[in-house]
Formats: sequence, C-alpha cells, structure tokens
Amino acid sequence: MRGARHALWAAVAALMAAACGGGADGGGTAPGVFSSSWGDPQNPLEPANTNEVQGGKVLDMVFRGLKRYNPRTGAAEDMLAESIRTSDSRNFTVTVKDGWTFSNGEPVTARSFVDAWNYGASLRNNQRNAYFFGYIEGYDKVHPASGTQTADTLSGLKVTGPRTFTVRLGQKFSTFPDTLGYVAFAPLPRAFFDHHADWLKKPVGNGPYLVRSYTRGFMMSLRKWDAYPGPDKARNKGVDLKVYTDSNTAYTDLLAGNLDLSDDVPASQLRNVKSDLGGRYITEPAGIIQTLAFPYYDPRWNRPGTEKVRTGLSMAINRDQITDTIFHHTRTPASDWTSPVLGTDGGFKEGLCGDACRYDPGRAKKLVQEGGGLPGGQLRITYNADSGSHREWVDAVCNSINNALGNDRACVGNPVGTFADFRNQIAQHKMSGPFRAGWQMDYPLIQNFLQPLYYTNASSNDGKWSNKDFDKLVDRANAESDKAAAVGLFQQAEGVVRDGMAAIPLWYQNGSAGYSQRLANVALNPFSVPVYDQIEVR
Amino acid sequence: MGRYVVRRLLQMIPVFFGATLLIFLMVNVMGDPVAGLCGERQCDPATAAQLRREFGLDKPLWQQYATYMGNVFTGDFGTAFNGQKVTELMATAFPPTIRLTIVAIVFEVVLGIALGVVTGLRRGRPVDTTVLLLTLVVISVPTFVTGLLLQLLLGVKWGWTRPSVSPAATVGELIVPGLVLASVSLAYVTRLTRTSLAENRRSDYVRTAVAKGLPRRRVITRHLLRNSLIPVVTFIGTDIGALMGGAIVTERIFNIHGVGYQLYQGILRQNTQTVVGFVTVLVLVFLVANLLVDLLYAVLDPRIRYA
Repeated sequence: MRGARHALWAAVAALMAAACGGGADGGGTAPGVFSSSWGDPQNPLEPANTNEVQGGKVLDMVFRGLKRYNPRTGAAEDMLAESIRTSDSRNFTVTVKDGWTFSNGEPVTARSFVDAWNYGASLRNNQRNAYFFGYIEGYDKVHPASGTQTADTLSGLKVTGPRTFTVRLGQKFSTFPDTLGYVAFAPLPRAFFDHHADWLKKPVGNGPYLVRSYTRGFMMSLRKWDAYPGPDKARNKGVDLKVYTDSNTAYTDLLAGNLDLSDDVPASQLRNVKSDLGGRYITEPAGIIQTLAFPYYDPRWNRPGTEKVRTGLSMAINRDQITDTIFHHTRTPASDWTSPVLGTDGGFKEGLCGDACRYDPGRAKKLVQEGGGLPGGQLRITYNADSGSHREWVDAVCNSINNALGNDRACVGNPVGTFADFRNQIAQHKMSGPFRAGWQMDYPLIQNFLQPLYYTNASSNDGKWSNKDFDKLVDRANAESDKAAAVGLFQQAEGVVRDGMAAIPLWYQNGSAGYSQRLANVALNPFSVPVYDQIEVR
Repeated sequence: MGRYVVRRLLQMIPVFFGATLLIFLMVNVMGDPVAGLCGERQCDPATAAQLRREFGLDKPLWQQYATYMGNVFTGDFGTAFNGQKVTELMATAFPPTIRLTIVAIVFEVVLGIALGVVTGLRRGRPVDTTVLLLTLVVISVPTFVTGLLLQLLLGVKWGWTRPSVSPAATVGELIVPGLVLASVSLAYVTRLTRTSLAENRRSDYVRTAVAKGLPRRRVITRHLLRNSLIPVVTFIGTDIGALMGGAIVTERIFNIHGVGYQLYQGILRQNTQTVVGFVTVLVLVFLVANLLVDLLYAVLDPRIRYA
C-alpha cells in the first residue's frame, strides 16, 4: 500500500511537470505564417458542395475562377477570363487566359471549367449548390426535379477550343457573367475526378495557396504557392486554420497570444473588444441582411389589408436602439432590401423603404388597426435558438412591438431547438406567423438579393410570396443588357416588395474580426471573410 | 463469481438494445435532418431526396434501426453528414476524451480520497470546516464558470497555461480541463469519504484493531479505509461514463475535439449516425464500468460474495 501511494504521488508530480512544459511556446508556427480561427465545414470540401462560410473560406484561398469579386468594392473583375462575350444576353462565349495551371502542374483549360460545371450540376453527385447551374440550358435533364436524370452533361455547355467554350442559358440573364465569381463555378483538375477520395483529403486548386496538410475537424495548413501565376500573390508565407469548438475560446486564445486572427468575435465579447484589442478590431459591412418573413400560404396573412399590418409592425420596431444595445453597432438598421456592399451603382438605395422602416409607434398602432389587427390576435416570431444571438434580438423586437401597440402580449418569441428543425418547419410550411430570415449574398448583385427571395416559387422564397408585377420587372431586368438600366428595373421591383411589405427588413450585418500584433493589413471582404492573401506578418 | 459475471453480461444485452433504440427514436423525433444541410436556403427537392436515400432516411424507422444495428455488429457505424466515417470520428474523438477522463478520475481518486481521509479523521477541526466550505463552493458553482475563470486567470492573465488545448491534447495540457471536469465529482468524493470514514471509525472492528495494538497507519489503511471506500468506489465507477458523456461543457471551453464536441455537433446537425454511434459506445463504457464496480465490492469487503 505504501508503495502504491508513492507511485501515485510520483504520477501526480509527473503530470504537473508535463503541465508546465506544455504552456511554453507562443502562437506563431513558422516565420511569415499566421494562425486563424476556423469552423468545421459542414459538407465535404468540393466547390459545388460548399454553401457555408467556413468551407467557402478555404476554397477562396485554394481556387480562382473566371471572375473574382474585388475584396474591397465587391465588383466582379476578370480573373481567369480573358473575355466573356454575348450579343443576346443568352449565348456567351468564354475565353480562358493562357498560362494558368493548377498547383499540380496541370494547365487550366476550357475543359477544366466545363467538366467541373457538369459535375456540379449532375444530380448523381449530390452537390448542394447544383441549382447555381440551373440557368444553363439542359439543367432539367441533368438534374430533374423528380425521377432519374436523362443526361450526364449540360447541353448548354460546349468546348470549342483548348481555351474557349460556349454557354447557352435557358433564358436571358444579362448579369450572368458577374455570377461566375461564385466558388461553385471554379475549375477542377483531372485529379478531382480520377482520385476523388484523395482529392477530398487534400484539395488541389489553382489559387494563391496550397493545402499542405489537412486533419479533418482540427486544422488545415495552407502555404503560399510560389509559382502562382495570378496577380494577387499571397503576401504571407501561409495560414494555419484551426478549428475551434467555440468562438469564445478562439477569442480567449487571441488575447493570450496563441492565435493571430479570429474572424468571429462572439456577441458576448463585443462590449469589451475595443478595450481588449484597441485598433486591432475591425468591423466592416458584409452582404448579409436580416429580415422577418411571413407565411403567405396562411390565408390570414394573405388577405388584402395585411400589408398595412406588416408595414405597421415594421414601424413598431426600434431598429436603432436594438442595433445599439444588443449588437453594439455590428449591425446597421436597414432601409432597403439589399446591402450597402452593393454600392449605389450596384443597386443599394438607402432609404428606399422610406417611412415604413422608421420607428413611429403612433402610426404603427394605427396602421395595424386599419389593417384589421394582428392575425390570430398575437404575433409569434419563430427562430432557431441553437446558434447566434437570435433569442436576444427576437425578444427585443417583440418588446418594441409590444410597447408600440400598447399590448404586453401582442408579440412573443417562438424558439425552435435546432437549425435543422427550424428549416424543416419552414420547408413544410408550418409557420403560423413571422419567422427569422437571413440572407447572405452569393455574389454582389442586386439580383441575388431579390430574385431568390421574392420571385414566385424561387429557391429561397420560404414565405411563398407572389406578385405578378414583381416577377415581370425581374424578368425585364434580367433581359436588359445595359447594367444601369437593369439595376433601375430591379429597384422598381424592390419598390413592389416595399409596397406589399413582403418581408420586414431589420438590419445589415457587419463582419467583425480581431487580430494580434503580428499582423498588418487585415481587412474583411464583402462576404465577411478575411482577405487572407493580403495579410502581412511582421 | 463466474456465473455472476455471465449473468451480468447477459443482462447488458437488453439494456444495450433499449438504450440505443431510445436514442434512435429521440433523434428521429427531432425531424428531418436534411432540411438543415443546405444552409438558410431550402435544398432542391431532387438533391434532398437523393441525400435522404444515401443516408437511408427514406425507409421506415424500424427498418433504419434494424439496418443500423446490423451494421454496428459488423463494426460499421455509418457516415456523418460531412462524408466522414463515424468510426473515423470516433478514432479521433475518443483518445482525447479518454485521456481527459483519466486525468479527472486521478484527481478524484487522489485528491478526493486524500481530502476525505484528512477531514474524516479530523472532524470538527479547522481543516475539516475549511475543506467542507470549499467543497460546498465547488458544488454550487457551475462547471462553465469554474472553467472560464480558470481559463482566463491561468491562460490569459498569468500566462501559466495555454487557454486552449492543441490537437495533440497531451496529458499535460489536459491537467486544467481535467481538474475543471473533476471538480464537482471531486467534492462529492471528498464528502462521501469523509462521512463514511467518520461513521466507520466508531465501529467494532476498528476498536478491535486499535485494541490489538496495530499501528495507526495500518488501522486506517487496512481496516478503516478499505471498508469505507465501498460507496466511494460505487460513485467513481458510475462517474466514468458520466464524465465521458458530460464533458461537453469542458471540451467546448478548452477547445478539445473529443466525444462531447462530436456529440454536440451531431445533435445540432441532427446527425443520427454520429449521435447514436457515440452514445452506443458510451452505453457500453457505462455498463462495463458498472460491472467492474460490482466486482470490486468483493475485493474490498470479503463479506460480499457472489453466488
């Protein structure tokens, strides 16, 4: 027994010694390399299968497409595209620049794009972003809404030369070239098709970074590709993306000097982030808008007059106060249905919503009464309670509405346990009142903020709003080859959304990030992702 | 003894099936997981149907359960939504959690029993009162408060440790998280040992041992402690499973990618395969730990015999 006890104490002593040894080294791994927080991607890392920020972050470092959105302005600029020509907004001829290769040496050709797009569109490959290819002719054969596919490749895609291919769309879509900066349209090397499992373990692309190692669920080490042919070479030696279980831990690690960059400052830390980090905290507008959507499949919300109720509710929400107290100015009160990152040329129009988005409790109450009162006598705002700070702002919105209407029980929150269940209830049209809706743009186009959300039966029109005037204006805008005229038509369509108050705009979301003293030139792009290749390490 | 063990092992079978079936039902009641896979937008119906087919979600529940259990016996725990094999997830998730649990148990056993013996032998003295007060504080403060506080003080303010654990999750790095995880149980072990010891101190066999003139050390370790440890061993045994499954909070705080983290992700994403797989293994751990505890009784107290 005595011996056993000695052994125990020795073990404890050894543990303690090991503990002290563990905490010595600092954050940086190699000179010029920095670490950044990451979340585990939800789906396998394939360009057409990635629809969330964490996976998109990596693909943006490893791939370059025909176009690239300028990290500052959001404008779609040619990257691999030498030219994209059209005469009728429906048939496009694409020429790929010469001299580009994948990091394994294989040249990037027209075929690299056409193969990748055909793979992404094919139902057999289960790609979550397949609908991005829905504009291309033949999509309904490759990806039918039901039944089995009758073709393997899109009939609208044709390789016409080593560096040229043609695209034929199912309908006119003048801003189609500007959508090609989206990661789903990235080219893929032969290795992707020939050794798919290996490729997923270590993706090979044509961007400024190489994947050096990838331990799923833990870390991905990216290193600068020295032979990268593009103009936007990495200004650092590499990035180590570390998966964090919780954004609070990432933030704590940043404060302790074990992490260089955290692009997800937790809501609970927003109050002290300025005193903690000083000038090393940035918050920049992102292409994200949050709204309250309504279930138009419920007849109580679809009868004439309810637009007055919805407008009244919009006027009952004190956006300034909520963005100030709950979000500490990381959100900006919305006054239209797009995002400031579009810029005024791109279609953002401050104040398009007008009085309907201004806090006016007196008129709010009158409008709700004129519209016949709240359907069912009470408003239940449905949201998912598992992530973000949805509970806080939904409660605040309800408080604001209750105060304006002078009724304590006019509005209550209706939490749903998980995001999956929340999406499930939305998909099954089970909403009985307004519900949380968030839209993160796929590409910085006004079209992307309106068509998927409000066009009849569009992919993200969760409330099933339908308006003939709106649909007509969108069709006309898509057929318009002059960009300014197209934007003007989209804004007219947005006016229709406003007059019917199809959804209540709440606020534009900013991206925010904090970084260590080792870094300089840190910025966020309009997708709220750090511009990794421009970051300098001291 | 042999027959007893066989009987206990046979009893495990219905418990195992019952527990897994329950988890299976519970995860399924939460709804269709495919709805959450496409982000804020709806999956297009064709892809959703294809995904449902791939994960076997289009079949009736009993059939899903039957196929699942059939596969489990061949060592196939299915595939998580991100395309990774659940067995692969287990291979990365269990080692850190097992290490964390061992560290926690060592703390419980060494610190908990030592404090319990000290206080049990010095009842009413200042040491006893101080430790009692401390355990009361530990029990009443939630784990995440202790965890975040230690992380902030040791990791950020004083810089003694790193606030987060690296992917390697070495035993050294797990000392602080292990202490946090063990804290509440440790307090219970201290109190249990103390009470049990204080009770048995007055018993006849201790008096006899003292009267025989045995040295004090031998009286305490051989006679007093051995008998007093039965409730403590019971507690620690059942705690093994609880610690492994309940490490969600600790693992989140210290960035340990272990069982708790995978379970949490699995529940958030409503990933039946991950959740049921991990819980199945945890149920097994729990059952084996319980069996071991029951067998240990006989070693500690020879009066307990299994027919």
